[in-house]
Amino acid sequence: MNPSRRQALKAGGSLGLFSALVALGLVKPGDAWAEAWNKGAFDAKSTADALAALGANAPTMVGEIAITAPDIAENGAVVPVGAVSNLPGTTQIAYLIEKNPSTVAAVFDIPPGTLPEVQTRVKMGQTSNVMILVKADGKYYAAQKEVKVTVGGCGG
Amino acid sequence: MADPMKIRATLKGDTVEVRVLMAHNMETGARKDSSGGLIPAHFIQTVNATHNGKLVFAAQWGTAIAKNPFLQFKFKGGAKGDKLQLSWTDNKNDSRTDEATIA
Repeated sequence: MNPSRRQALKAGGSLGLFSALVALGLVKPGDAWAEAWNKGAFDAKSTADALAALGANAPTMVGEIAITAPDIAENGAVVPVGAVSNLPGTTQIAYLIEKNPSTVAAVFDIPPGTLPEVQTRVKMGQTSNVMILVKADGKYYAAQKEVKVTVGGCGG
Repeated sequence: MADPMKIRATLKGDTVEVRVLMAHNMETGARKDSSGGLIPAHFIQTVNATHNGKLVFAAQWGTAIAKNPFLQFKFKGGAKGDKLQLSWTDNKNDSRTDEATIA
């Protein structure tokens, strides 16, 4: 891969620029999104690498991000995780699962008019912290919650 | 071509709540088949939702999204009867677009 492109991805700049272009109507969403997939972030193997790849070094931990996830997940293959950001100007919500082989699970873009809340189901290899990273007004904030994964599915 | 998405879009007050269920294996690339060979990764990378030509939601996914992905989001500005389009693209460049009517 071309190193300068990689650098740009690492800085998270290309995604930000792309979002801006979409907002301006200069770039049509669609096929182009496939190229906007942030490979650097999804390849990251640790929380620190993932945050750096998303351009979010040392996000502020805040209480305005609500995470809905089970305390104990009996089946790590299907763990429902929801996030609601109460921070004004939220433009992006990312899911980071600390102990998964690849830390970043998902990055959601929230255009104006869309509520900063999202819900999906993720896979978790083992008990881990789930971090929700929120970009609001150009700054990064985060909250995390530990989800215990019961291997073997016997519960308890 | 993959199976169609199940999309429910319901207007509640001034907010449209969208719930989507996609049919996709979301293979991580780390699992092995019965003969011990790695099953290659096959997963949805990007999801886009547009309402009246305007992007209302976009997602980038890694392999950590569960099989047959579920997604829920909410946006303002929709009306009953409006069309909502959802599309996804996976890492093998397979894609699917489905349309739903806001109820």
